[in-house]
Amino acid sequence: MTAPVLQPLLEVENLAVSFGALNVLEDVELAVPRGQAVGIVGPNGAGKSTLLSAISGVEPVTRGTVRLGGRDVTRASAAQRCRLGVGRSFQIPRPFGDLTVFENVLVGAQRGGGLRGTHAREQALTALETTGMLPVANKPAGGLPLLGRKRLELARALATAPELLLLDEIAGGLTESEADELVGTVLSLKEAGVTILWIEHVVKALVQVVDRLVCLAYGRIRVDGDPHKVLASPEVAEVYLGGTTA
Amino acid sequence: MTAQTTAVVSPAAPSVLPAVRRGGLAAVLGLTGTLLVLLVMASLPYVVDNGVTTQLVKLCYLIALASMWNLLAGYAGMVSMGQQAFIGLGAYTLFVVNDHGINVYAGTLVVSAVVALIAWPVSYIAFRLRGGYFAVGTWVIAEVVRLIVVRFDSLGAASGRNITTITAEPVLRQAYTYWLALAVMAAALLGTYLALRSRLGLDLQAIRDDETAAGSLGVNVTRGKRIIYIAAAGGCAAAGAVICVNSLGVASPSQIFGVQYTALMIFMVVIGGIGTVEGPVIGALVYFLLDKYFAQSGVWYLVVIGAAAIAVSLYLPRGLWGTLAHRTGFAIFPVTHKVLQTTRRDEA
Repeated sequence: MTAPVLQPLLEVENLAVSFGALNVLEDVELAVPRGQAVGIVGPNGAGKSTLLSAISGVEPVTRGTVRLGGRDVTRASAAQRCRLGVGRSFQIPRPFGDLTVFENVLVGAQRGGGLRGTHAREQALTALETTGMLPVANKPAGGLPLLGRKRLELARALATAPELLLLDEIAGGLTESEADELVGTVLSLKEAGVTILWIEHVVKALVQVVDRLVCLAYGRIRVDGDPHKVLASPEVAEVYLGGTTA
Repeated sequence: MTAQTTAVVSPAAPSVLPAVRRGGLAAVLGLTGTLLVLLVMASLPYVVDNGVTTQLVKLCYLIALASMWNLLAGYAGMVSMGQQAFIGLGAYTLFVVNDHGINVYAGTLVVSAVVALIAWPVSYIAFRLRGGYFAVGTWVIAEVVRLIVVRFDSLGAASGRNITTITAEPVLRQAYTYWLALAVMAAALLGTYLALRSRLGLDLQAIRDDETAAGSLGVNVTRGKRIIYIAAAGGCAAAGAVICVNSLGVASPSQIFGVQYTALMIFMVVIGGIGTVEGPVIGALVYFLLDKYFAQSGVWYLVVIGAAAIAVSLYLPRGLWGTLAHRTGFAIFPVTHKVLQTTRRDEA
């Protein structure tokens, strides 16, 4: 299923991101075939969010290449990448506070989705329905509680009709049933053919969706493979629990 | 948020999506009402005394200026302290256009286009700065423009200039000037409204609230800001041309390139309600009336203006119109989208 016969949708090669002297990411190699769902785990400060930002074009890369469907997008802006099919949610939600929830999502449908008029509105409404945000569609986004803001992040990303969806900790703080609901939503997106890259601390939710798990620590990919094998690997235990194998 | 926890969530589920309305009847009524008011205003020179229209010229260009600053700061998040660059350029470009034999009324249109063209390269300099630096930077740009204009002796150098050819007959000239001012105001208002109802309008508000998020949703941030910066420059230039026509010239470059215009614009927009189409109109009206009745009161004039600004900032931070609109949801120029919720949810 993951045989690299076709061009992978996302290729990250030799990627490095530095903030001044601090190397946040180094030598990151990642190829994600179309339709695959990849989870990313790792301790705080491992560079997970920075990796998503480098892929989505929010963070300029210091070195390396990001390719989307074989096309080099390393120098492309976040807006260009979005129009090429990259949708992302931010870990710390960034709603357009003075716009309504619907309008927040409509921005994504109109620009990222490249739609106009009724088509854009329908896509925005569908994204709201998918994420259960329809009842608060007319509320100003700035007044949403954290949970609502997180859902809005997902709704906005969906409205851009992404081929590659980058999710950054959208399950944190959810109740059991809400998490199940979210897993259902992400699974159905996956079934619809969306390629997913998902950072999540709620591993229980993550493993229900992903085909593959990547463990990132200290700016490098430590383990990459089958989710259960990765979770059971000594490297992951070491990364999370500290180096006990002295 | 709790109401829909039982709803089945599935992107594949075909369902009837609710309708989206943007003002609906209110939008039609608002626009019709506005056109009627404009029509009545346009007929005033036939009805009322010259003195009335003379005063209304000022109100018209104040509304135009306030609308432009609101578009920049209230919708696109660009707090410019340097719009006087374009007001002054508008007045001075009018001299040049007029010297080339174009009458001042039609010339205003040319002025607007020329200054917009000048604003295009200027935006590349201004956009290198952000936030407070942008504000100060635009002010510096305005000073630089003034210093360049002053170097031209043909433009009166440092001592201002008169318009060479203008309608000689005073009553007719007054009527023409008034119609020009009215046209500029109408264009500024309706232009703002139409821009805000377009896709660009939503982009701008997204940019204002969070540039990074807007970019990540596919919004071309710089392009949106540039379009508005250039449009606002053209609008301010037209207002500058009106100011110039109204006083038959420019008293001094430091007056027309003065930062007091920016202070005035901020005052009007904040009093009326930043980020609403109607707010600048209300703010301009308030300033116009304060100016009319207190301008002769010397220092008390400034005290009243200052007190009004402080009172509104403290007690009505959304401004007069902004507060009303927020409490009642009323709008003459509805820009926001409303999703009409159906009862479908209750069955779920």
